[in-house]
Amino acid sequence: MTQYTIRRILYSIPVLIGILVVTFVIARSIPGDPCKAMLGEKATAEVCERFNREQGLDKSIPVQFWIYMNDILKGDFGESIRYSRPVTIILIERLPMTIELGFVALVLAVIVGIPLGVISAVKRNSIIDVVTMLIANTGVSMPVYWLGLMLAYVFALLLKDTPFWLAPSGRITAGIIPIPFYEVFGWMVEEETFKYHFLEFFSNMYIFNSLITGEWKVLGDALKHLILPSVALSTIPLSIIARMTRSSMLEVLRQDYIRTARAKGLRENLVILKHAFRNALLPISTIIGLQLGTLFAGAVLTESIFGLAGVGRMLFEAITARDFPIVQAFTVVIAVGYVLANLLVDISYAFIDPRIKLE
Amino acid sequence: MDSLQLENEAKQKDYRSNSLFRVTLRSIFRQRSAIIGGTILIFLVLVAIFAPWIAPYDPEEVLIGKEDITKRAKPCIHLLGCPEDEPQHILGVDGNVRDEFSRVIFGTRVSLFIGFTTVGFAIIVGTLLGAIAGYIGGWLDNVIMRFMDVLLAFPSLLLAIAIVTVLGRGLQNALLAIAIVSIPRYARVIRGSVLSIREQEFVSASQALGGGHFHILFRRILPNAIPPLIVQGTLGIAAAILEAAALSFLGLGAQPPTPEWGTMLGSERNQVFTAPHLVFFPGLAIMITVLSFNLLGDGLRDAIDPRLKE
Repeated sequence: MTQYTIRRILYSIPVLIGILVVTFVIARSIPGDPCKAMLGEKATAEVCERFNREQGLDKSIPVQFWIYMNDILKGDFGESIRYSRPVTIILIERLPMTIELGFVALVLAVIVGIPLGVISAVKRNSIIDVVTMLIANTGVSMPVYWLGLMLAYVFALLLKDTPFWLAPSGRITAGIIPIPFYEVFGWMVEEETFKYHFLEFFSNMYIFNSLITGEWKVLGDALKHLILPSVALSTIPLSIIARMTRSSMLEVLRQDYIRTARAKGLRENLVILKHAFRNALLPISTIIGLQLGTLFAGAVLTESIFGLAGVGRMLFEAITARDFPIVQAFTVVIAVGYVLANLLVDISYAFIDPRIKLE
Repeated sequence: MDSLQLENEAKQKDYRSNSLFRVTLRSIFRQRSAIIGGTILIFLVLVAIFAPWIAPYDPEEVLIGKEDITKRAKPCIHLLGCPEDEPQHILGVDGNVRDEFSRVIFGTRVSLFIGFTTVGFAIIVGTLLGAIAGYIGGWLDNVIMRFMDVLLAFPSLLLAIAIVTVLGRGLQNALLAIAIVSIPRYARVIRGSVLSIREQEFVSASQALGGGHFHILFRRILPNAIPPLIVQGTLGIAAAILEAAALSFLGLGAQPPTPEWGTMLGSERNQVFTAPHLVFFPGLAIMITVLSFNLLGDGLRDAIDPRLKE
């Protein structure tokens, strides 16, 4: 078990280094003089020389890469051009929103997708199966942003003045202010310290924050704002999970031990859930891990449609404004997050399937 | 006619009807999703070819001063009770007073072009890399495949966005970005096939006959690796169209006035409450096109290799 985990962690190190190399190369191949991009077109040669020296841009490429690696390991992503603030701080402000959105979308995809897939497989070729697969096929083919806009049109405009009305943009209704949990608990935290940013990070997840402080009104309002974006974001993962669950279940239901379980008179529910589903879980968990990539990419689109101040929208704005430090940092963080999440999925295999430990 | 001749004829008939191509074709026709997807696709290809005859207007023609019509006018269909004195625009008019239907029709050309060119490019490069990695093996295999792993570690749309940032916005660069991002898919498929085919007896036979590496790889191994590639390619076109539309939606891909569905959707996104038809129809077109490739790809996979059945 430990050996397997260590081996998996070691395997992912070259990939992580590769990600840093690729983002470094991308950042360095952006056309134009970085000095002029940072300081403006009017920067003189002297000013640029000093700037290059300060930023280490006069050093050789391998040395620059070494400095860049060191900075990233220290959590220093440089300063945003547009906001003149450390990128790390911007990340701390923006990431919680995206994590919350992605998490809710993923939970939605799993709790709807898996049962749909199981039912489709058990009732193969029934009307439920056909309809589910029709929806799943349409779901994977749908542009996220289009679905988002159409949902906003239906729920914010057509259903206006009905109880089903949902907010088309923002995280929370103006006027409702979530109080950070550390303030509620009376913790004294000095601003701009590491501890402050650390606690801010978690209190910026409104749902998490209001759950532990017990502010139900805030929770309800935040959830009401999150429904449309997370439904839009979850469609593709949901469809893929449903399809994968169905095929994985069909594969398992053909096995001899299922016939044995039935033959010895076990209740059908028990056969499906305990014997079939547990064995079908491995490919399903792989596909769930891979969906995190879809979720991150979808967040760029969903957040910009629903006016949510998360990482995705920030990234898009940074691209438009050519704010390279942000583009570089956010790309690294998202790719590393994706690799680590899939590493976790890989490690969880050993818990789901004891045979893997033996390999 | 004696019985022997009859038997021979029957045998020949049997042989003919069982040629590999026919068997494959027959199993493809047995897949419902392949038939539905294929039919929609043929329809779309016809629309793309005959776009100038189907579309009532030039897709980039601004109708101000030519017709008595306001911008973002709602759909007007004479058969459905729209007054005869108003000009007919079955999907309405966009923010620049252009006929939306004509733009959606011409958009089919752009999207199919995007799908086929990006995947074509990615397949060529991916096949070369995958074939070299699988056939030569050793450190070269390791270097190529680890690099592919790194590319796969990025969510594809995100990497495409980063590449377009470097190359500059525009349809051509967006296509290149999407192609680069999808190379690893094909490299992996080909490498896997090459590894397994390399060990088969007909390859050893060819080696024994003195076939060179080039001959063995390109004439013996690769032709046998094509079926899984076709499946991946078909599904890949669906993904490429969806990604290109997303890039265009974000303003990084096709630039106005090109009638590209993602661009059309992106430029009218803020009007969704006042002119929903300008968002609805381009999106529906994207969905139908992507769906057709997905269905066809699924059906082909089930027909060509039942073991891969999802």
